Amino acid sequence: MTETLTATDPFIVAGVPLGSRLIMGTGGAPSLDGLGAALVASGTELTTVAMRRYAPGSGGSGGTNLFELLVENNIRVLPNTAGCFTAREAVMTAELAREALETDWVKLEVIADEHTLLPDAVELVEATEQLVNRGFKVFAYTNDDPVVALRLEQLGAAAVMPLGAPIGTGLGILNPHNIELIVSRASVPVVLDAGIGTASDAALAMELGCDAVLLATAVTRAQDPVRMAEAFKHAVIGGRLASRAGRIPKRAHALASSAMEGRPDL
Amino acid sequence: MSTIQLNGAARPLAEGTTVAHLVTAVTGRAILASGQPADGGRLGVAVARNQDIVPRSQWAGTTLEPGDDVEVVTAVQGG
Repeated sequence: MTETLTATDPFIVAGVPLGSRLIMGTGGAPSLDGLGAALVASGTELTTVAMRRYAPGSGGSGGTNLFELLVENNIRVLPNTAGCFTAREAVMTAELAREALETDWVKLEVIADEHTLLPDAVELVEATEQLVNRGFKVFAYTNDDPVVALRLEQLGAAAVMPLGAPIGTGLGILNPHNIELIVSRASVPVVLDAGIGTASDAALAMELGCDAVLLATAVTRAQDPVRMAEAFKHAVIGGRLASRAGRIPKRAHALASSAMEGRPDL
Repeated sequence: MSTIQLNGAARPLAEGTTVAHLVTAVTGRAILASGQPADGGRLGVAVARNQDIVPRSQWAGTTLEPGDDVEVVTAVQGG
């Protein structure tokens, strides 16, 4: 069933069809080997990484580095600009990532401060414009603000990625109405990014109409990351199917599913 | 002895050292003239010299100067 669904309902972003609607992050995993197992269990085909100074000995067993781990597992790499506070830093980080990882895809993350880790909308808009002009495919991590989301799309973002809740909180989707509103007005893919705590949060994101879900901490810091990764794989598929199947309307009163006609007189 | 700044720390610089030499010294992997690793793998490294990116195709032809500020970055877990 999984194979059938992904073949007939690919996630198309920046013109590329992906077989999985689960985008994984890599932050928080205690080891590269454990991370690799979780990524494989998740079925992801796109995974985000941070760019930092080269530190010798940071590889996993056999000396494999993170980039090679992803390449070996046929997972497309989505470099991010985590840790950038200004458009200038984010653009430079994206350029370094493009050179190092040979991709023009970038998850644009410009945060306001370390306490909230919330996106700085002003710098985000500025960086999106610059990066689009430099030929990047921008996956813009943004607040759950329908106005900013539309503005990012108009500037040429390949995908808009509103947060469900602040990074790492696991609080789920705090404003489902805003997410629905963003989805209803978007003509580029909407990816629910950040705040996911457990599988039902991801299913809800998909039911609200999101095209994909991005998460890291919910898997990497789970007690059993591989099992949780598999849970998210199924949750995203389930939510997507439900979203496309057309749910029943909510009603105030009960509606019998069995006909009264033909009932025996007892 | 002249030095450069490599990832925020001073490092001695031998005359004639190219960016390719430095990348090999840092990563332990031999680099072809194309900038790709000789072992056929994926290096996943970018170099900025004095705030400007040095494309990998120019690594072998770019000689470092005393006082250069060099950043060598790669993909790590995060985000």
